[in-house]
Amino acid sequence: MTAETTADRLATGGVARGHGVAVATRDVHLAFGSNRVLRGVDLDVAAATTACVIGPSGSGKSTLLRVVNRLLEPDRGDVLLDGRSVLPDNADVLRQRVGMVFQHFNLFPHKTVRANVTLGLTKLKGLPKDEAAELALHHLDRVGLAHKADVRPGSLSGGQQQRVAIARALAMEPEVMLFDEATSALDPELVKGVLAAMADLAAEGMTMLVVTHEMGFARSVAQQVLFMDHGRVVESGEPDQVFEAPGTQRLQRFLSQVL
Amino acid sequence: MDILTTLRETFFDLDAMRAALPELVRVGLPNTLVLALTSAVVGTVLGMVLAVCGLSPRRWLRWPARVFTDVFRGLPAAVTILLIGVGLSPVALHVWGPNPYPLGILALSLIASAYIGEIFRSGIQSVDTGQLEAARALGFSQPSGMRLVVIPQGVRRVLPALVNQFIALIKESSLVYFLGLLASQRDLFRIGQDAAANTGNQSALVLAGLFYLLVTVPLTHVVNAIDRRLRDGRRDGRRADGAARPDDPDGVDLDDPVLAVSQEAR
Repeated sequence: MTAETTADRLATGGVARGHGVAVATRDVHLAFGSNRVLRGVDLDVAAATTACVIGPSGSGKSTLLRVVNRLLEPDRGDVLLDGRSVLPDNADVLRQRVGMVFQHFNLFPHKTVRANVTLGLTKLKGLPKDEAAELALHHLDRVGLAHKADVRPGSLSGGQQQRVAIARALAMEPEVMLFDEATSALDPELVKGVLAAMADLAAEGMTMLVVTHEMGFARSVAQQVLFMDHGRVVESGEPDQVFEAPGTQRLQRFLSQVL
Repeated sequence: MDILTTLRETFFDLDAMRAALPELVRVGLPNTLVLALTSAVVGTVLGMVLAVCGLSPRRWLRWPARVFTDVFRGLPAAVTILLIGVGLSPVALHVWGPNPYPLGILALSLIASAYIGEIFRSGIQSVDTGQLEAARALGFSQPSGMRLVVIPQGVRRVLPALVNQFIALIKESSLVYFLGLLASQRDLFRIGQDAAANTGNQSALVLAGLFYLLVTVPLTHVVNAIDRRLRDGRRDGRRADGAARPDDPDGVDLDDPVLAVSQEAR
């Protein structure tokens, strides 16, 4: 990669804006032993839109995310990116196209904030060190943490760590972003900053699949809300429809518990 | 009074010490250091191989690593050194000539690797599984994720236990005397012991002991320093710079594994 294209990236905001691609799953099944965690999940997230997945714990939400980037391989069914099945691809290469943010951040504690972001750039994308460092700084700046580039994650607050994790994922220029309960481990006052960063990203045209308990975020940012229970998508639709007029008793009960 | 004088002359006879000093410095110390350092390097490399094999999902890698570890950790060091140093000497004779060092180092390395492998394994296993998952989510393969993310963290956590093992190795290196050493091949212990045997005075052996302490005591303090550094963290200086709510629910959590492991190693 030349310095010119790096400059271009910096000029366009680093992430290819509006270049999120469509994600879909078709009849995805996955069992751990006799525990059937996913029982035929169909999912369609249009390019550059956000879908929130809600549901009780143990309903298969996090497992579904891990099937989309193939941290887990489905027993049956298909996963499509941009309309094309990704199952025949090399899973490691696929994961470079799909960013993921975890509940517990999972930053690398032995590396500085900057090195957390540059690791994939230098080792996977083969960028020279200085270019990677420049890009890292740019992505950290987008989440407001460029001034923390040289500290270790352990000295950051949970909210800051999660924003670094978002920057780390975005630096790889993914076409889709997965969020696995990204704010569940945070103190209440730190949740807002992370949700704001996620909302910005959605507004810029990233395709996002968000497992969350933040119903306010689902309502205001998502174009689509999916309710999962017992390994299936029980109900899905636009946020207003799902929240205002739940069609099933299970969703009604779930909403009455969380709202 | 008489007893005290006798004891002083037996253990702290300065003339006897002075007589042994040049050989201890010029021959014994370098030989001990060569034995211990070489075995430490080979043992660490082998130990890492054992740890990685021991953690492999593949049974044909895991199984031999476990057996190897059990055998060399379970045998008395003297038995291993004799079996390898004497047993393999006809073979070694063709390669290295009548030098007991290569086989001595081999035996010491095998013993050390069994312990070091377990130290590394416990360190690597103590790293949160989310770390490998995060590395793989970025696009790293499982082996790359282990190499770049998990193993460096695991090793850091067990550095104190590792240094303890090096100290044990320095002490165990004295056992190569079983293999029969030429005058120029003698280590600290052997020189001290020879002098003690020749003069009937233990002072030279005491001096040899002091040389061991000269090497091992500073190392012990290195362990403590590393321990402290891991516990308080390099973050210390950086916490001052403003943000720094030290609430890292999934953070380093270095204390427990370090303590657990350094305790377990002894």
